[in-house]
Amino acid sequence: MSEAVTPATTSIMETTAERQPLLSRLAPWLVFGLFAAVPLLAHAINDSFILVIATRMLIFALAALSLNLIMGYGALVSFGHAAYIGIGAYAVGILSSYGINDLLLQIAAALVVAGLFALVTGYLSLRTSGVYFIMITLAFGQMAFFFMVSLSAFGGDDGMSLSGRSTLLGADLLADNLALFYGVLIILAAAFLLMRTLVASRFGRVLRGTRDNPTRMRAIGFSPFAFQLTAYVIAGMIAAVAGVLLANQVQFVSPAYMTWARSGELIVMVVLGGMGTLLGPIIGATVFILLEDVLAHFSEHWKLGLGLILVLVVLGSRDGMSGLARRLRGGSDA
Amino acid sequence: MLNLFLLQSLNGIQFGILLFLVAAGLTLIFGVMDLINLAHGVLYMIGAYLTAAFAAMTGSFAYGILLALPATLLIGIALEVLVFRRLYDRSHLDQVLATFGLILILNETVKIIWGSAPLSVPMPEAFSGSIQLMGNLRYPTFRILIIAAGLATALGLYLMVNHTRLGMLLRAGATHGAMVSALGVNIRRLFMIVFGLGAMLAGFAGGMVAPILSVDPGMGDSILILTFVVIVIGGVGSVRGAFVAAIIVGLVDTLGRSFGPMLLRNLLEPAAAAQMGRTVAPMLVYILMAAVLYLKPTGLFSSGGGTR
Amino acid sequence: MLEPLLAVKGLRKNFGALKVTDNVDLNVQKGEIHALIGPNGAGKTTLIHQLSGNLRSDAGSVVFAGQDITRLGMAERVHLGLARSFQITSILDGFSVLENVAMAVQARSGSSFRFFRDASREDEINIQANKALARVQLADRAYRRAGSLSHGEKRQLEIAIALATGARLLLLDEPLAGTGHEESAVLVELMRSLRGSHTLVLIEHDMDAVFSLADHVSVLVYGSVIASGEPSTVRSHPDVRAAYLGEEEIA
Repeated sequence: MSEAVTPATTSIMETTAERQPLLSRLAPWLVFGLFAAVPLLAHAINDSFILVIATRMLIFALAALSLNLIMGYGALVSFGHAAYIGIGAYAVGILSSYGINDLLLQIAAALVVAGLFALVTGYLSLRTSGVYFIMITLAFGQMAFFFMVSLSAFGGDDGMSLSGRSTLLGADLLADNLALFYGVLIILAAAFLLMRTLVASRFGRVLRGTRDNPTRMRAIGFSPFAFQLTAYVIAGMIAAVAGVLLANQVQFVSPAYMTWARSGELIVMVVLGGMGTLLGPIIGATVFILLEDVLAHFSEHWKLGLGLILVLVVLGSRDGMSGLARRLRGGSDA
Repeated sequence: MLNLFLLQSLNGIQFGILLFLVAAGLTLIFGVMDLINLAHGVLYMIGAYLTAAFAAMTGSFAYGILLALPATLLIGIALEVLVFRRLYDRSHLDQVLATFGLILILNETVKIIWGSAPLSVPMPEAFSGSIQLMGNLRYPTFRILIIAAGLATALGLYLMVNHTRLGMLLRAGATHGAMVSALGVNIRRLFMIVFGLGAMLAGFAGGMVAPILSVDPGMGDSILILTFVVIVIGGVGSVRGAFVAAIIVGLVDTLGRSFGPMLLRNLLEPAAAAQMGRTVAPMLVYILMAAVLYLKPTGLFSSGGGTR
Repeated sequence: MLEPLLAVKGLRKNFGALKVTDNVDLNVQKGEIHALIGPNGAGKTTLIHQLSGNLRSDAGSVVFAGQDITRLGMAERVHLGLARSFQITSILDGFSVLENVAMAVQARSGSSFRFFRDASREDEINIQANKALARVQLADRAYRRAGSLSHGEKRQLEIAIALATGARLLLLDEPLAGTGHEESAVLVELMRSLRGSHTLVLIEHDMDAVFSLADHVSVLVYGSVIASGEPSTVRSHPDVRAAYLGEEEIA
């Protein structure tokens, strides 16, 4: 699943690493351009709810993007990623309850706490692999969940309502839904560029190599652990930023953001859109939130439908859901 | 004070026994089949709901649980045939996705049939009292029944794993899966049996707690996570490890919740101690898991397969 | 006699009751091509795993260039100058041929905790990677996807990767495994061209190749070295003849 090589064309000889199909170079512009135009659509059909849904898509796209760094480029299936969304959300909730409303301070706090939590839990989880790793990340995610549930000073199980959105250097910039939307879009675009840079860097190359063959990487002189741990910390920190944004959008913070079901949904988003591709998680989150919204209109039991889709798709295709997602995209990035 | 400690210790052991019943099957599924099954907690929930339903139908808790056992066994086998069988040679990610989907399906199905509100199952008359253990220490008869039934099951499992052909295959399979199938053992049938038994044990645990806990759709999720903690501490594939770890986790969790705030009161002012105790107590088992992972990443009784 | 580049003393490895490596002593001189031969199941690959640090030894010592490396892991040994190739080709199929090699160069070119510069555009690394590719005659395949190479080319790439680590001593685990006649001739020529610049320890079943290449042959049977010396001496050694009797013709 390397980005540098496009296997779709490798049957033809002498493909250079630089040459990519036109479509894949244009795709990011297309996706971000479409999102940028959403407010126009909302204005045209006079439905402000579209903007709310689109903002939600972008926020979860950011979280899925971060999960993709470890799952798609590092082959580390973490089932506790929602905890970081929760950490970010509570950074907003707790700080604002002490009168600290500045977005930059809240983001800084979210980054520090999420980074530390990821460093400690990642250090322990990464000593294992496979089934163990999945179980342990799940357990640590749940630990964070129970911590917030029992922290009654900050709402406990009931969560806490925020009096308003964060301010930026004293200005009430995010109060308007449109401003929040574009703010989130800019942050997502920045994260996308950061991810693209990371994946192509020396660090990213080691991470991708380890995903494909850890023994080989050791045999040429790399010790994968530190690279995986670094990726784990970066992913947690980015997800915490998504949590900061989510708390701002909803103006409510609750342990429900960090349930393990939410972690599972993040995994589904990444796989749905295309693991180990840069744009995949963004598309996956968009489709997932859309599906959630549409299915929820049909029935309160919409999760039954989601479950059926998951089981049938995994069982129905030989190479699993990622294979199906790949075929749907029409590509064949092995 | 001593009485309270003994009482809470018994509660901890009773909780640990339940965890063991759920964990026993799951640790074998992980160890023998190298399959990550997130849906195991759902079987615990289904066991509780079926017991509630059959008990209401027959008017007897005993009949309820006796009918629920074969029902969960059949559900376990059906799930194995329909879903899990197709997942053994898949990536862990596919297994995660499919079993996650299965949880969503079964949780919602239960909500559709029985609603989201918790059900309560009446305590069977014969076990509703309490027994005098020593001095003035009395303990509810039904909880003693749970402990006794759990210990009997543990003993049965021990005998099966260590003294039967099936058990020998399981032990071999947990360490050398490929070898067992190379011996020409019908691995498909072995897996199906393990799955059915695991489902039945989890269902049994769910049925037994139905009278003392509320039966609700989320009950499977919370026990699943603790079961994972038990398996990580005990070591994947080890039934003995699961037993020891389950009792430890049950005791730490129960005693931590009741005595944590009390101990902290000596160090902090009462309000802070209460808050702190409530917050830290639920995390104790995870801290314990972290400590075990730090010292012995493969768990206390790892079956030799190591980290997979 | 010169201080050997690689000195192995009393090395042991047991799998349960099975002694896979049984008190092995081995000296590899700088610049020589040292072949390890032996019938199937003699424990050759296990020995390579122990020498490369992939497998921990139960007893004994491994000294490389005067330094005791017995307790070091694979990555640390590579940094000291001891690299290996794999019997089953284990290149990174999804990466380009150049990147497979560049990755090995990267491993010894400063920190890899660099996050912002595009690694595939680091000229210094690519130049060295291309040199290693040229040395194994794969320069014209640099931008192909590694998975699309022919089997023989993949074996050449394995060696290029080992070279690119900058190692002085290469442990080659059956470099000719699965190759056809022409492919194996290319590889033998390649290994011969490394004589002088590198020290090679290779496991090989192809006796023609072994006896045309090796300066020194050690014979491993049931985890023990039963003979070690110049090819002509080893070939006529009675124990070696006995061990190989019925297995395959040794000359």
